[in-house]
Amino acid sequence: MKFAGVPLAIFSIVLVVPFVNGVYYTFTDWDGFETTKLVGFSNYAESFQDPTFWSTLRFTALFVVVSLVLVNAVAFGLALIVTSKLKSANFLRTFFFVPNLVGGVVLGVIWQFIFNSAIVALANKYDWELFKQSWLQDTNKAFWALIIVTVWQSSGYMMIVYITGLISIENDVLEASQIDGASPLRTLFTIKIPLMAQAFTIALFLTLRGGFMAYDVNVALTGGGPFRTTELISLHIFQDAFANGNFGTGQSKAVVMFLIVALAALVQVTVSKRYEVQR
Amino acid sequence: MSTRARWGKRATFLVGYTLAFAYVFPFFLVFVNSLKLKYDILANPLAIPLSITWENFQQAYTKMNFFRSLTNSIIITVFSVSLLIIFSSMLAYYLARTKTKLTKYIFLVLVASMIVPFQALMIPFMARFAQFVSWNNRGALIFFYIGFGVALSTFLYHGFISTIPTEIDEAASIDGASDMVAFWKIIFPMMRPITATVAIINALWIWNDFLLPRLVLTNETQTLPLSTYLFYGQYSIEYGQAMAGLVLAVIPIVIFYLVLQKQFISGISQGAVK
Repeated sequence: MKFAGVPLAIFSIVLVVPFVNGVYYTFTDWDGFETTKLVGFSNYAESFQDPTFWSTLRFTALFVVVSLVLVNAVAFGLALIVTSKLKSANFLRTFFFVPNLVGGVVLGVIWQFIFNSAIVALANKYDWELFKQSWLQDTNKAFWALIIVTVWQSSGYMMIVYITGLISIENDVLEASQIDGASPLRTLFTIKIPLMAQAFTIALFLTLRGGFMAYDVNVALTGGGPFRTTELISLHIFQDAFANGNFGTGQSKAVVMFLIVALAALVQVTVSKRYEVQR
Repeated sequence: MSTRARWGKRATFLVGYTLAFAYVFPFFLVFVNSLKLKYDILANPLAIPLSITWENFQQAYTKMNFFRSLTNSIIITVFSVSLLIIFSSMLAYYLARTKTKLTKYIFLVLVASMIVPFQALMIPFMARFAQFVSWNNRGALIFFYIGFGVALSTFLYHGFISTIPTEIDEAASIDGASDMVAFWKIIFPMMRPITATVAIINALWIWNDFLLPRLVLTNETQTLPLSTYLFYGQYSIEYGQAMAGLVLAVIPIVIFYLVLQKQFISGISQGAVK
């Protein structure tokens, strides 16, 4: 037991206690300092009456779905390029991974410069109608700006997950399919993808979780603006609790977020696992 | 090689290089503009600077307190990662080798905890730990990182330890080695590959983390990501300085990556298989 005492104690203090505490607080009149009485579900009722919470949930759901699809599609494409018999494959891999080294805040600030200044300056010079106004000033375009930065940032990491899957496929299986005359595309869909389904399970899980938890890029790129219309759920909770001092509803929303993430991840992993082939 | 295959290869080559260019272009843009005067940036952000100025770097260096922020980042990352390695390898060893109902449940709780988003804890978290944080915020932050990182690290070690035959432990104990000695002298050195994975995954996360340090640290103890953000918020009009600040913030980790590239890639792919 001497091996386990210290880390388990720290784990409980940092994670378990605040979690249990946090759930309990949502049923009380907690104001950030003390609780005087139980209030049932009224914090939750109040949270769901907040129209900005609903719009944040819709915005987050859309963000999670679109970023999940695009990050994984791009990452898988990158993995195919890097594992093809190209001489410069390693060199390319180095480049694709670089955005991942840098934290979301720095990336957000870089892209804010690109969207707000670089592209606008070029658009005015060459008369590109679509880019004359900064994309970050418009809710719909700001959504795509968030997606672009997210794809650019996380596809390199997921690429490595897919590379791991692709190179784990035994060569004799691939040779057999070649001898049988299967086209590269056919090999990809009927042999490679089913045999590396585990990599998809992992990459989808990581992007799903990452999408719900996205905060850094959101803060640094749009800051939730214009008019709080591009707030993802993390930023919304942060604002509710720490900027507006609504600890009760902030924490209820956080618990709602936890339930959504847990449910979505459970469904995704269960479904993905079904496609995994036992070797 | 057939013509078709050759064309396929050429297409892959072209797409690959176009994408690689797109992936690094933003960094290139930042670097180019960090060398320009404010007027030149606004006039044409894409142009190569005609006259190079290092003034932006000098100002950014002092304003973001680069040396202090870098030191803070290094201290916090090194301590957190080392302690995580020590604690989670020991915990994993205990959980993997002692097969009881209790260890099974502990392991399940650890795995389940990985799905809890930090946002679900952060509000009661800050209320509860305010005093601890004000007493020593860097120490508190390292303590928190151990708490948040221990589940994934233990999970990774657990998978690896299960592949080490128990005969090795038994041989050590017959030779008279205590549990602690057997673990540190024999088992731990055998786990080097997974230790590299644990170190890299945690270091990347802690080095770049923003939300938790933002809640915990002050101006004196700020890390590099915090210094860039505060810097940018205050001097957003001074593009040249902001760009220079970004270059300074990015350089340490990029150098680290280029030196240890192989370990990075294999570390992450090892972590992904679990």
